[in-house]
Amino acid sequence: MTATANQLSTQGLDLRYGDRLVVGELDLTLPGGAVTAIVGPNACGKSTLLRGLSRLLAPAAGTVTLDGSDIHRMSARTLALRMGLLPQQPVTPEAITVEALVRLGRYPHQRLLSPWSAADQKAVDEALERTGTAALRDHPVDRLSGGQRQRAWIALALAQDTELLLLDEPTTFLDLRHQLDVLDLVAALHAEAGRTVVMVLHDLGQAARYADHMVVLKDGRLAAAGAPADVLDAELVKSVFDVDCRVIPDPETGTPLVVPMSRGARRGREPERAEARRAEHGRGLDPG
Amino acid sequence: MPSRALRHIPIFLAGIAALALCTALSLALGARSVPLSTVTDALFGDAHGRDALVVTGLRLPRTVIGLAVGAALGVAGAVAQGITRNPLASPTTLGINAGAGFAVVVAIFALKLNSPAEYVWFAFAGATGAAVFAQALARRAGDIDAVRLALGGTVLQLVLLSWTSAVMLMNQRTLDEARFWLAGSLTGRTLDVLWPVLPTLLLGLVVALAVSPALNALALGDDSAQALGVPVARIRLAGGIAVVLLAGSAVAVAGPVAFIGLAAPHLVRPLLGGDHRLLVPGCLIAGPLLLLAADVLGRMVIRPSELEVGIVTAFLGAPLLALLARRVAR
Repeated sequence: MTATANQLSTQGLDLRYGDRLVVGELDLTLPGGAVTAIVGPNACGKSTLLRGLSRLLAPAAGTVTLDGSDIHRMSARTLALRMGLLPQQPVTPEAITVEALVRLGRYPHQRLLSPWSAADQKAVDEALERTGTAALRDHPVDRLSGGQRQRAWIALALAQDTELLLLDEPTTFLDLRHQLDVLDLVAALHAEAGRTVVMVLHDLGQAARYADHMVVLKDGRLAAAGAPADVLDAELVKSVFDVDCRVIPDPETGTPLVVPMSRGARRGREPERAEARRAEHGRGLDPG
Repeated sequence: MPSRALRHIPIFLAGIAALALCTALSLALGARSVPLSTVTDALFGDAHGRDALVVTGLRLPRTVIGLAVGAALGVAGAVAQGITRNPLASPTTLGINAGAGFAVVVAIFALKLNSPAEYVWFAFAGATGAAVFAQALARRAGDIDAVRLALGGTVLQLVLLSWTSAVMLMNQRTLDEARFWLAGSLTGRTLDVLWPVLPTLLLGLVVALAVSPALNALALGDDSAQALGVPVARIRLAGGIAVVLLAGSAVAVAGPVAFIGLAAPHLVRPLLGGDHRLLVPGCLIAGPLLLLAADVLGRMVIRPSELEVGIVTAFLGAPLLALLARRVAR
């Protein structure tokens, strides 16, 4: 591990909301220079984990380290120069233009009395260019379509100019076309600009297509981690999502593709499942 | 970027010109109207006589105090809206003015104070107490809820106003002492009232200007702000202190003048946009502009008598609050 590998890892990480343990005893290493997707069923703690990784939530126990140093011991600004974040539901200030929004990404690079520099403007122009929002720069963000708005927010995170980028469900509320736009953009950032990306995703097929590394959570615990082709199989989907499926190679990319069994086939297995459930609860199969 | 900053200069100049006009009117108009030439003579030359005396002895202190109080309230409103991300926030709607007013009336009653210079520390204490309490009311699951904040602050304000009335009714002397002050008034004050609060007022202003870039990042939500390197809790605290210093100073001098802090940012935003680095200086001009205009209006409507400026602003501000609340709730 080199000094600036942009490698995030957790050691015995517990994350809590009040009394509720959401993520427990997590030991995780997210490879630097890769695209990592965090997946799992609803309420498994994916977004909470991302909050923990980005210092928005302090650990109840354990640590989060970036290239070996505890992120909770860094100043807010130091971390902001290394890690950018797109939250799930950011607040769009009223009537703000795309460019004004993206300029806020330069906040950690500025000092109280230092003027806006040529480097700041260059970073903003590049971010607008790369996300295809340059033509929208004078448009108010709150009038954009969902896909355009999401790209504007990604542009803000790009203007921050960090090597590590965390995205919380960047494709939520977008139609298929715009989901792919956003994911292609992420892939390009990784491939062309060498950014390390960690994102929470909902769709397993998309995660398998776009991620080099996959982290699967279930009930706040690590269910599996590794390359999608090594990790994603029918057994895992069954145990994590409780869905019977086949996992086949994606005809386009060859990455694993999850195909749920037909309704009939899943129904047919119902008695089997009920049996398994009873066995799990330690009850006898038949009182007679 | 310079070209962007330059674009706003004409608006600032227009604001300053409007403020200069209001200042001139405030010096010239009243129960006894004085020609502007006499005003200039009185201020810069050596005019004597009743008119000159009215200008230098009464209207000049009144106008200077109006400028200071308006600036304090306008900037306090901009910062309050910024740190709470709530367009309904202001020293009035968060109960801060009422808290300061209540503390001062209790001090007048219990400690027999009788000059605004003595009020100021009680005003700060009351403003702080109300601000902290309004935040506590609005806290839900660790987060500040915008609607709860405005609602809680308004309820707090009503409670404090009723307690204030109760304390005043207990004692005739308190009633006499506090009545004019509480209506929010610029009259009958000499500049001696302003000097003691000037340091806290300036300190509040400096803090407000210092946090204004961070308020822009805070507008994106706490998560985004933190990811951009804003120490969110510390910025909120600093901004809260600025609001308390500014509103407390203003209340100590002029009593609780309602709605200037709410209206000033809403007047500036359509002209300069939501960038707090422009909004805060903009409110520094818009606040006194609104306050002086209301004060002059109060002198004109029932001549030769006059309405306290606090009554005028409350009268004009209440419909504004209703309008804004409709827009926010939409």
